Formats: sequence, structure tokens, C-alpha cells
Amino acid sequence: MTLYVVKRLLQFIPTIFCISLMMFVILNVLPGDATTMSGGMKRQLDAKTAENMKKQLGLDKPLHIRYLHYIKGLVKGDLGKSYLRSESVNDLIAQRLKPTIQVSLAALLIAVGFGIPLGFVSALKQGTWMDTLSMVGAVSGVSIPQFWLGLILMYVFSLLLGWLPPQGYGGGSLVNLIMPAFTLGVGYMALIARTTRAAVIEVLSEDYIRTARSKGLSEWIVNRRHVFGNTMILILTTVGLQFGSLVGQTVIIEKLFSWPGIGSLLVDSIFQRDIPVTQGCVLVIIGVFLIVNLVIDLMYVIIDPRIQYK
Amino acid sequence: MKKLCFILLLLFTGFCFFPGSSMAAKSGGEFNFIAPYGGDLSSLDPHKTNRTQDYIVILNIHRSLYKWSADAGKPVLALADSVKVSQDRLTYTYALKQNVKFHNGRNMTADDIIWSYQRILTPATASPGVRSIRIIKGADDFESGKATAIQGLKKLDDYTLEITLKNPVEPGFSLYPPEIAILPKEEVEKRGDSFGVDPVGCGPFKFVNWVKGSEVVLEKFAGYYEAGKPYLDKVVYKIMPEAASRDIAFKVKELDATTVGSVNYPEYKGTPAIAKNMIEVAELWTRVVCFNVDYGPFKNKKVRQALNYAINTKLINKKLLKGKAVDPVGYLPPSSPAFGTDSKGYEYNPERAKQLLKEAGYPDGFTFECLGTDNGTWGVKAIEALIPMLKKVGVKVVPVRMEGAAMSARAKSGDFQALIWSLDSGPDPLSALSRWESVNERVSGNYSGYNSAAFDNYLALARVETDDSKKMDLLKKADQTFIEDAPVWFYNYNKAVLAYHPWVHGLQPVAVELMYQDLSSVWVDENSPRK
Repeated sequence: MTLYVVKRLLQFIPTIFCISLMMFVILNVLPGDATTMSGGMKRQLDAKTAENMKKQLGLDKPLHIRYLHYIKGLVKGDLGKSYLRSESVNDLIAQRLKPTIQVSLAALLIAVGFGIPLGFVSALKQGTWMDTLSMVGAVSGVSIPQFWLGLILMYVFSLLLGWLPPQGYGGGSLVNLIMPAFTLGVGYMALIARTTRAAVIEVLSEDYIRTARSKGLSEWIVNRRHVFGNTMILILTTVGLQFGSLVGQTVIIEKLFSWPGIGSLLVDSIFQRDIPVTQGCVLVIIGVFLIVNLVIDLMYVIIDPRIQYK
Repeated sequence: MKKLCFILLLLFTGFCFFPGSSMAAKSGGEFNFIAPYGGDLSSLDPHKTNRTQDYIVILNIHRSLYKWSADAGKPVLALADSVKVSQDRLTYTYALKQNVKFHNGRNMTADDIIWSYQRILTPATASPGVRSIRIIKGADDFESGKATAIQGLKKLDDYTLEITLKNPVEPGFSLYPPEIAILPKEEVEKRGDSFGVDPVGCGPFKFVNWVKGSEVVLEKFAGYYEAGKPYLDKVVYKIMPEAASRDIAFKVKELDATTVGSVNYPEYKGTPAIAKNMIEVAELWTRVVCFNVDYGPFKNKKVRQALNYAINTKLINKKLLKGKAVDPVGYLPPSSPAFGTDSKGYEYNPERAKQLLKEAGYPDGFTFECLGTDNGTWGVKAIEALIPMLKKVGVKVVPVRMEGAAMSARAKSGDFQALIWSLDSGPDPLSALSRWESVNERVSGNYSGYNSAAFDNYLALARVETDDSKKMDLLKKADQTFIEDAPVWFYNYNKAVLAYHPWVHGLQPVAVELMYQDLSSVWVDENSPRK
């Protein structure tokens, strides 16, 4: 098991290396650079100033030298220095990571807490009004654009009812977290509900369920012992994959609710051609994705004793 | 007599419209404002940023030698009590205020101004403010490392500073912007790079906290040099790039004032309770479609004029932008001191357009590509509005949507036929127009590649003219030449709108950028939920 974990962790290295190279090339061949007039810039720099700025940022050096410099830093865990901000990329990301993880975990909690029961109920009560209702809810949840949902929540809970603050981080307080987490979690919840429903229906048609029922076991025990455990693998895979990408999907709610996460930092840096920040954000998001998936893989062992890693 | 009536009328309108002018200002309370552009702030080190979003906050932490006066419509002295100007208008002797303190308690002196200007000019700082300092004599030698001091900056004593210029230009226009702020050397050196996230200035508010991507908090600086100011105890800038969120936050009174975009403009304007608390100003930003004068049909002046006649500009501004724009005349907007009141722009006249196209050798029209970003006001949407109008005169325009930085790179290289953009057109009319001088390349903002000897000549004369009214006349003539040569389609000037709650007083119609609110004069009355 330990060997497996070490092996998996070692596999991260070539993945991260390939991604860093791809990203470096793509970002550097994009038209425009940090000195180019772009969104939010007050005015075009004159040629002389722009040239000087490029020199100060090291943008006048050849691409391979810049990449080597970047890789050298990366090996030491140094993601570089932002072109436009007064801080190192490590610091910038460190400040943004906590709010991102906070809102993602809260969204996960909402999604799992509501999604799995909804999926179960709708599979067990297949064809009834409960099934229809929860699946209508799930389909709507997947289809509603986050931006629109966020605005509607803001309109209802801030403007009409005055229960929740319309925006801001508030030091990470719960009242500030509710709307962003819900907005982010609804689509995720709907997906989990649908996956759960499909998985439960599939398991219910298995021979061992018929056997269990013919043994005279009550429906409750059949569901608890046989259905639940066997559907968990599929549900957990969906939860893990989705959570990994959730961290990179927070940008809309961050912009909408002024939530200080990593998604908006990434998007801003792309538009401003602040390449070190873009690279840092992408690497961190990928890192989170890889780690979450490793954790999920390890959890399979707990859920299904048949799975063993050697 | 006419003049007197005009002044009285101005005063009267001032009393009627500017919040708080008829009431005594009260201290205390918090003010929730916004930083609405793009995303998070980049840096609060004024010398190291080029972003409007940062300047909104910076100008309340720091102070420059001059500041923008919304009342006067030009820069006025901020850190000096008076200035003596030499006969040749090249030497300015400033009597600096003796009670200006930095937030660390130290008094500001002439040394700080000299050090700050040197820092801006030092190549390692890579400051976008360098061109402002280049007006000072000896700046080039310092910048290139040939001199260790700027020759035109002389400290006569701690509170007397002499600045000698290269040309007789008005220094206020160059030395007022927030990026030319005066900083305390010891704090900058102590903090190094982190000065940008923990700044110390001599402005009305001290920096407290910056939650990245969410908000910046400032508090009253008790040692501020203007007696009794600032009134507010605390200012919070909410970083809110989404117009829809701002709209709701304003309505739930989370924001004390907000900028209004064209989507919300008709609704705000139609709601009497909000409409009476709105400031509208023709900002010094001109929106244009730049025609690349090196591209086939656009080489001919008549073609460029024809397109200006073919487009019903007023209709686009009224319908597409819902009236949140000021109809254009020339490049300089009405808030510019060199705006030509008798200048003639282009009226909608498709017949004249057809005639001109025929004369230019394009009786059946032609096709051109126009680049634009997804900006709602001056982006692809505006180009799409031109399609049916230009079709009537046989011209086909193909809109090409591009991301901002990518479009900027093409604009600089000249690799385009036409593009739409919003360009700064003030406050100094001379430097605004100098964008279009033939010596200026595309890379420095002359995107059309405009080249006119007559226009260049007017600017050259204006640059050395010492009489203000003659100078303005020359600039007006230059703008008229620009209109006639039509290297751009004149689209509009930005009408910036700020809405505020009735308890807010002292916001100003700042034409350079309405969001550049000097909050030292702003106060809130007892009806504020944060008082």
C-alpha cells in the first residue's frame, strides 16, 4: 500500500513537468505580454517604457532560458514572482487557496448531503412522483447556469428577504459562505443525484439482491448492506472527479460574490498576461485534482475489500 | 454681464446638484465604495502599476504634487501652497505645505518629491509614470544613467522646490496623476516589494487591510494636512467586477455609491429616488473605430469621411447604449479645455457617403474587417450595429472578436484593417492629441497610422506657445484637421454615471475618470446605515 502511494506520488512528477512545459509554451506564444494594453490598463505604455519593463521582467531573454529559470525555481517549490503584483506567486496562491478550499468543501457537503439521498430515494421509489420530482430537480440543477442562479439567490435572500449579505468574504464567516457554496454546489449535487440513481437501479437488478430478498431479509437491510456499499464505488468516483475540477470552476461565483479565491486570480492573470501567476494557479489546481483522485483511489480499499493495491 | 450671469448660473446648478454643498459636513461613519474594473487590484505602489482599478484606491492613500479639481476641470496644487512661474514659463518655484505628514508621522519635504521623481525615472522601477517626469529638464540624462540627479529638480530649502521644464507645458497635467505620488523613501526601502501590499503615503486615508479579490480597507489618517478632513472614519473598497452584483449590493445598501453601466442606466434613470442622486459626466475617453490608413480603401480620405457620413452615430448611442454616451464632434470631448464649440463633426448623410465613395473610386463599396473585444460598449456589439448602415452604401464590415491583449498586440503591429477602442482624450488636450502625431508610431498609440503635416504643425506650435488662449486655438484647429481627415469613425465620449444613496455627500463629477473620487471631501449623514 505504502509502495503504491509512493509510486503514485512519483507519477505526479512527469505529469506536472509535462503540464508545466505545455503551459509555458502556450502562454508565451499567445499574442501580447504583460506590457501590452489590456483590460483595466490605464493607458498604452510608450515604446521605450514597454521595452524597459520587458527587460526588468526578463521578457527579453530567449524562451528556453526563461523556461530553465522557471523549472529551477519549480524544483525548489518556488513558483516565481508575479509580473504585475508586488508578491511572489507562492504568497498570492497561499492567500487564495483557503477561501477556494472552503467554498469547494462547503459545496461538496451540500452536493453529497442532498445529492446521495435524493438519488437513493428516486431509485428506490422509481416511477413514483418522488422519483419524478427529484429528477426534475436534478436536471434543473445541472442545467441552471451558475451565474444566473447566484443572481437569483442574491435577489431573493439579500434584496427581498435581507437574510444574507450580497457579497464579500467576511473573514470566511458562515453567512457569507452560504450563497457561494450553494451556487457552486447545486450543479454538482444534481450530477451526484443522477449518478446515484443510475448506480442504485443497476445494483437493484443484480442477482445477489434477488438472493438477499429471497433469504427473507427486510428491504432496509438489503438496501443498507448490499445496495449502499455496492453503489458507493461509482458515486465516490463521480464525487472525486467532480471535486477535483470544482476547485478550478469557482471563478464565476468568485467574481459574482467577490469571493477571494484562486479562480478569479487565474482568470485575471490570463487577461493581464501575468504568466507566472497563471502557471502557478494551474499547477496548484492540477495538484489538488491529482491528490483528490489519489485519496479517492485509496478510499476504494476501505469501501470494497476486494480492491487491493500492491 | 453675460459672464456674471453664467457664473451665477454655474454656482446655482452647483448648489442644486452637488451633494452636500448646502449642508455642513459631519465627521464619522464608514463608506462602502467599489473597485469595479476587471478583477482584483494589482499593487498599491503608485509607481509600479498602470491600472485604473489600483489608482481608484491609491489616490486616497497617496498624494501627488497636484490633484485633479472637478470644479476647475484641471489640476490644482495639492502639496504646495503656491507656485511662482518664471517669465519664460520654464521654471516653477513651489512653496510646499509645511504640515504634510506621511502616515508614519514624518513631515514631507522637497527631498521626498525629488526622491519620488527619481524613483519613477529609474529604469529598475519600470514605472509607467516615466513620461510624466520626462517633461523635467535633465530627465533623459538621469533615465539613461548619464546623470546621478535630475538637473531640473532643485531643493531651495526643505519646503521650497524649483522645477525646470524642457518646454513651456503646464506641469500640473503631468504631475497630478496618482502614479506620480510622493512616497516616503524610508518606508519604501524598508518594505521593498511588499510596499505594494502595505503602502504608506501622505493621503487622507491609511491602509489597513486588503483581502485579495474581495476588498481593501482604509481608515482615517488623523494627521492629514487639510484641517478637519477627511470626514469618514473608514472606507471599504469592494472589488466587484460584476455589474449585476453591484446593482443588488447597492439596492440592499451594502454599497453607498456605485458606478452605473448602460444595462442599468435606463432603470436607475427611471427610478426617481435613485435618479435624483446620480452624477453624470462626459469623461475624457473617446470611443473610435481606427481605420488603418495604410490599408487599401482607407488610404483615401474620402472613403474614411464617407464611412463617418454613412453611420447614424446618434441612433447607435441612443438605442444600443441606451443614451449612456455623449454624441461626438471631434477627438476632444466637451470636458476638454480645447473642445471646439464651433467645430463641426459628421452628420448622418448616406447620400453624401455614396457620393464620396464614388469619387474615391469605390462606387460599389468594399469589404473590411474590424477587430473588437467583447466590451459591451466599445466592442464587437457596436461593430455589429454598423453592418446594416454600411450595407446601405455598399460597404461590408466583418466583425472579428478578439481578446484584449491579443488585439492590442495586433494594433501595435499594424496588422489590421480597422479596430474599435476607447482611447484617453484628456485631461491635457496637447498630450491627448499628440497620440496622433506622425512621429508617434502605432506602438505608442497612433493605431490608425495617421500622418498629417498640418496637424503636426499645429501641435508643434502649441507646444511652444506660452499664451494659453492661443494655445487652445491651435489645439482646436488641430482637432478640426483631425475631424476632416477622419482617420477614425467618431463613435462617442463615455458618459460615466455614479449613483449614490441620499445620505452621501461630497462626491464629485470627475471628468478624468468618475471613479477617481477623492474621498477626503466625502461625508455621510446620520441616515447612513454605517454611521
